[in-house]
Amino acid sequence: MQGTRFSLAIFAAVAALTLAGCGEEKKPEPAVAAAPPPPPPLVVKLGHVGPLTGGIAHLGKDNENGARLAVDEANAKGLTLGGKKVKLELVTEDDQADPKVGTTVAQKLVDAKVVGVIGHLNSGVSIPASAIYNQAAIPMISGSSTNPQLTEQGFKNVFRVVGRDDQQGPAIASYLASEVKPKTVAVIDDATAYGEGLANEVEKTLKAAGIKVLPREKGTDKTTDFMAILTKLKGKKPNAVFYGGMDATGGPLLKQARELGIKAVFAFGDGACTDKMKELAGDAAEGLLCSQAGLPVQAANKKFLDAYKAKFNVEPILYAPFTYDAANLIIAAMKKADSPDPAKYLPELAKISYEGASGKIEFDDKGDRKDAEMTIFTMKGGKIEPIAIIKSGKTIKFEDFLKTAEAAAPAAPAPEAPKAAAEPVKAAEPAKK
Amino acid sequence: MDIFLQQIINGLTLGSVYAIVALGYTMVYGIIQLINFAHGELVMIGAMVAFSVINALAGTHLPPVLIVFIGILAAIPVCMLVGYAMERIAYRPLRSAPRLAPLITAIGISIILQHLALLVWSRNPLAFPQIIPFVTFPIGGAIISGVQIAIILTSVLMMGALTFMVYRTKLGIAMRATSQNPLVAGLMGIDIDRIISFTFIVGAALAAVAGVMVGTYYGIAHYGMGSLLGMKAFSAAVLGGIGNLAGAMLGGILLGIVEALGAGYIGDLTNNVFGSNYQDVFAFMVLIGVLVFRPSGLLGERVGDRA
Repeated sequence: MQGTRFSLAIFAAVAALTLAGCGEEKKPEPAVAAAPPPPPPLVVKLGHVGPLTGGIAHLGKDNENGARLAVDEANAKGLTLGGKKVKLELVTEDDQADPKVGTTVAQKLVDAKVVGVIGHLNSGVSIPASAIYNQAAIPMISGSSTNPQLTEQGFKNVFRVVGRDDQQGPAIASYLASEVKPKTVAVIDDATAYGEGLANEVEKTLKAAGIKVLPREKGTDKTTDFMAILTKLKGKKPNAVFYGGMDATGGPLLKQARELGIKAVFAFGDGACTDKMKELAGDAAEGLLCSQAGLPVQAANKKFLDAYKAKFNVEPILYAPFTYDAANLIIAAMKKADSPDPAKYLPELAKISYEGASGKIEFDDKGDRKDAEMTIFTMKGGKIEPIAIIKSGKTIKFEDFLKTAEAAAPAAPAPEAPKAAAEPVKAAEPAKK
Repeated sequence: MDIFLQQIINGLTLGSVYAIVALGYTMVYGIIQLINFAHGELVMIGAMVAFSVINALAGTHLPPVLIVFIGILAAIPVCMLVGYAMERIAYRPLRSAPRLAPLITAIGISIILQHLALLVWSRNPLAFPQIIPFVTFPIGGAIISGVQIAIILTSVLMMGALTFMVYRTKLGIAMRATSQNPLVAGLMGIDIDRIISFTFIVGAALAAVAGVMVGTYYGIAHYGMGSLLGMKAFSAAVLGGIGNLAGAMLGGILLGIVEALGAGYIGDLTNNVFGSNYQDVFAFMVLIGVLVFRPSGLLGERVGDRA
């Protein structure tokens, strides 16, 4: 960074000489003169990108807050890399949840010489943007992109701290198998890459658990009339039905099933794991099961939740614990490598083992989080609520998971301890204001 | 057996909707030999307008059936207006043009209407407020819901009213005369332009009702919902013999039943080589079958020799 400032000074001097007569000769001098006496902390820039405008702007801001909390905590604690005091700076950009804008701001961050990027929020934006970071050899960690393709591109600098969509099918299927214990399950999909892929994973896992799966039924992503399919299924009396598709088709499906008097348990993937199901299916939505990659925000560790609330005066919404962890991972890797140079800290990041707000984080070869959690939700009183966490094929009841998470918090590893001690003071102060 | 009966009920409900929409296609074709591909969009607009009205009234304490009725009453004039404007602006100037020109215009109108709806009602699927209490009646092991009964009854009623209008009123005589020979009808003092506009308006009103029925039945409306429904209703009209009112009704109901039975049994009959994903294909297989073996349709007598 000092190198760049020096070259900037030279550039400015050259520019000044070229524009002789503009009276700017004085300008570079104070900059150079001011630099040596009190050695200013080296500024290291981290980038955060997410949609800050548009329909999911609230989620983008939530992500940004998570990253900001991590950066501010690190600055408050003081960071020394390679013998120099370092001040972290969070550069934030708005990708508008739009892939085209996403690539533009990605380039902007690269040009701003950030050493690492936290983001993007949407898979559809993360995937094209990742190529730009890859070219610039800047590590990126997404806290919320679940599309498998993101880490299947073979980029060494791309990571994510949430689970993948293709871990979801096995998760919801194993929950069905262990909790609902059905004899026969009907699987329906919407004939899209997402729906069919998810349904295939579910069917595979169910069959492996020795459960009979009826021949696949299919609609399309525009089907609203499932009466014929459901009437047929009614005759086969399945105990559970899984639908791979979005809420726009899943809602009518569920509504019609209940109208036909089908009593089976209905399960869905994350596409239909929304409160919209209640609107579309009415009372029929009550009690449905569905899965999402990652953890619900309540399950993040308490220290994080408290610090977040104290700093921003709002509750974290969705992925903030993950972006918080993502920023902390970059900081921890820089510490290990004792350098903010992406080329030096990237290998450390790849083999890191870190206890974060969302649990233990380790990456596999592709940059996916090992043993990523999946959450099972149910519709209760018109809202989807978490009921269980699936981790490495095991089902943990949500309340139990919260308890163990709380119990684990004080037993955080040693490097965490001073930070934990520093926290209450810092957290208490803004609260007083 | 109860499953079979249930599929027939499903098919009848679906078929009634197809029949109502098919009537719109067949009336327009009968009178100006135009396949109005934008007719499906009128169904969509009907559903969307009804959605807005029902959604606005859902909070009030009016009885649910009345709210839906108000929804229908709001949807009908809007669709009539769109239907009239469509004819006046897009089709009338092309009436003496080669037949391909209005056909392509119809496809263009369809796309324009879809995107207008997208601008007005957004691209998200709209969930109809679930206001109608859900009641079912058992018949022979199967169940039929109140909404299904309402759909079937409304359709029968509307088909009856339309038949009466076409065959028992002066306006109907004028419509039939125009359909048989516009030139001579004009010479007999019939205002052709008005009759054609009127035909579009009646078709649009039917489409509006069909839209409300589909919307409340499935509880969802979407700017793209009209195209597939329109294509299927068009197939139904061809199946019955396009240009023939009774044919459209018969074709619609037959198509609904074929679809329901097809989706319900093809998997079992073909050992799951073909599955329920072929549900939407049946309509078009029927269409192809009819065009190959009986181009004039089940009840159609006139072979397409008019231009």
